[in-house]
Amino acid sequence: MTSKMRLLAATTCVAGLAMIGGTPATANDELIKLEHTSGQWAIPAGNYASQRYSDLKQINASTAKNLHPVWTFSTGVLRGHEGGPLVVGDVMYLSTPFPNKVFALDLNNGGRIIWSYEPRQDSNVIPVMCCDTVNRGVAYGEGKIFLHQADTTLVALDAQTGKVAWSVKDDNPAKGATGTSAPLVVKDKVLVGVSGGEFGVQGHMTAYNIADGSVAWRAYSEGPDDQIKFDPATTTSLGKPVGANSSLKTWQGDQWKIGGGATWGWISYDPKLNLVYYGSGNPSTWNPTQRPGDNKWSMTVFARDADTGVAKWVYQMTPHDQWDYDGVNEMILADKVPVHGQPTDALVHFDRNGFAYVLDRATGKLLEAEKFDPRVNWATHVDMTTGVPEVVSQYAPGDQGADHNTKNVCPAALGSKDEQPAAYSPLTHMFYVPTNHVCMDYEPFKVSYTAGQPYVGATLSMYPPSGESNLGNFIAYDVNSGKIAWSDPEMFSVWSGALATAGNVVAYGTLDGKLKVVDAKSGKLLYSFKTPSGIIGNVNTFTHGGKQYLAVLSGVGGWAGIGMAAGLTEDTAGLGAVGAYKQLSNYTQLGGVLTVFGLSN
Amino acid sequence: MRICGVLRCSSIVTAAAFLLHAAPVFAADPPPYTVKDGDKVDMGTYKGFLYYGDECARCHGPGGAGSSYAPALTESLKHLSKEEFEETVINGKKEVNTASDKVMPSFGVNQDVALNLDNIYAYLKARSDGVLGRGHPEHLEQ
Repeated sequence: MTSKMRLLAATTCVAGLAMIGGTPATANDELIKLEHTSGQWAIPAGNYASQRYSDLKQINASTAKNLHPVWTFSTGVLRGHEGGPLVVGDVMYLSTPFPNKVFALDLNNGGRIIWSYEPRQDSNVIPVMCCDTVNRGVAYGEGKIFLHQADTTLVALDAQTGKVAWSVKDDNPAKGATGTSAPLVVKDKVLVGVSGGEFGVQGHMTAYNIADGSVAWRAYSEGPDDQIKFDPATTTSLGKPVGANSSLKTWQGDQWKIGGGATWGWISYDPKLNLVYYGSGNPSTWNPTQRPGDNKWSMTVFARDADTGVAKWVYQMTPHDQWDYDGVNEMILADKVPVHGQPTDALVHFDRNGFAYVLDRATGKLLEAEKFDPRVNWATHVDMTTGVPEVVSQYAPGDQGADHNTKNVCPAALGSKDEQPAAYSPLTHMFYVPTNHVCMDYEPFKVSYTAGQPYVGATLSMYPPSGESNLGNFIAYDVNSGKIAWSDPEMFSVWSGALATAGNVVAYGTLDGKLKVVDAKSGKLLYSFKTPSGIIGNVNTFTHGGKQYLAVLSGVGGWAGIGMAAGLTEDTAGLGAVGAYKQLSNYTQLGGVLTVFGLSN
Repeated sequence: MRICGVLRCSSIVTAAAFLLHAAPVFAADPPPYTVKDGDKVDMGTYKGFLYYGDECARCHGPGGAGSSYAPALTESLKHLSKEEFEETVINGKKEVNTASDKVMPSFGVNQDVALNLDNIYAYLKARSDGVLGRGHPEHLEQ
């Protein structure tokens, strides 16, 4: 079968793809073709490089004003809807928060349900999910849809029928391990991380064989070298071998066993280098005085061999975390992006800690680390030789000691940006980043560990930076200069994944429920529509019948649904931001709905 | 201090006086907290604030204000007795049906919660009675 024919098959009847043709193409080959097939959205982040970019341009700066909702779909689930739909061929696949329903919708038939799937899960998993019962979407590969359930079960469903092919349990929710992240299909494997940094899990990334669900490899975030799959001689950090026991020697005793480093964010893949990239989350507990050391490899960017899981290079962004700045945000792989004038094959990462990191993605060399929110104050800068942030003691809860309330730390624990993924346009070389603009007081204190119970050890208050009233910004960031190109202020945190397209438009959602399309070059608002609920889902785009559409899930919740739904602080004249905090509940209520937008004829 | 501005200017708030307005049923009971100057609390209430933030706030929101998936305890404590509050915290509670998927876990085996149950109740009661703002209180010298 020629590649052209296979492409045709992919766009018309993908579910049958794995069965067509003599030589079995790996899921990898198929997905690489699909990510280059205009109008498809077969990978959670749009493509393996996590760019959330599409070459479609019917919807552009001139036509965006003609957008309107063309069809909608209620998921029947109330809680926070993160993630977004896949489009493979003529079928859209989407998943919901707990109970983690999956729907296959027929684009040829007005979104009619082809099949739906609802797992049976013990509802005791609900309260051990840190920040709502979110699910960030399904993955596609080899004719299967992969769902990562709340109870950490990874299930493979037949993409045509929804029938269960196999199912494996990744970890134990009774110990606080849960599933929220979208899997990623790489070659003949499907990769999945774990949530539970607030319950003292030992975070891990696991690759399962697509054929039967058996484990291909598992790599922990902290522990002995064999568990973290480090080769002391060849695994490097900033160009130097990490040496033996690089994790163990940064923990007191066996605290690493409950050390966190959850892997609940996004995964990227570079087929040429055969490396997968992802980040690890906070070390457990949130009380830094209780866990001395750098706590490696929490808060770390990992580059691992896709076949073996062995780490090629690592970079810890926030050693000995004192703020809950998880390092799990997406790793965007940009080719030939100018960095200080030099075209670079980069990994670009907008971290919770407020720094935008640019690394050589082959070697892990640190090329740039600049603040992407001017109010970030916990560190002055990142030392480009050691890679270590220069921490400001006044804003370091660990320096101030337990039972001391450290005030006015920016950003807050939810970070200058959380999991809501940014987009990258190779046309403008700009990164489009949904951000939070929130600061905090942080008081750590001693906690005891009980399996399956919260293991946090800090109390926080969150509020906007002094003198400001907007809790978020949507920004365009230029890594060439390390500066913000433009910034659109938003009333609430922008907790929605962005989309960039060749039409030179960028789309994102807002917590008060608006789908917005802005000009990629200026940030000028071109189109806005208020969906039924606040948006914490990610915008995607696809074509069907030759027409371009945008799709997004609304359904407020997630971490944004905790503080924000209640209003971060009560209205008070004492805050210097009088009346800024109109409660989000005055704008939106719960409820998961997919809205698809198209252009008027 | 980030606290309710309305309360900040009152000098010594006698909790009992507020109780008369907020929850007359319990007016005869001594309040489980002491709040002065709007944001200074006794050590027990202060510990309650800390452990509330540690164990409860990720679902029940800052200061018991609720979230998109867990009720506002500032409201709940206007209706729940202390015994009902304790029963729910220790044994948990489930409301799982077609319209709701609310699950409160059992905290009975969690020693940080069990040892601070009175303190967490005192803090939330002060919040529920409207005598303490949502922010970080100060503790009175012991």
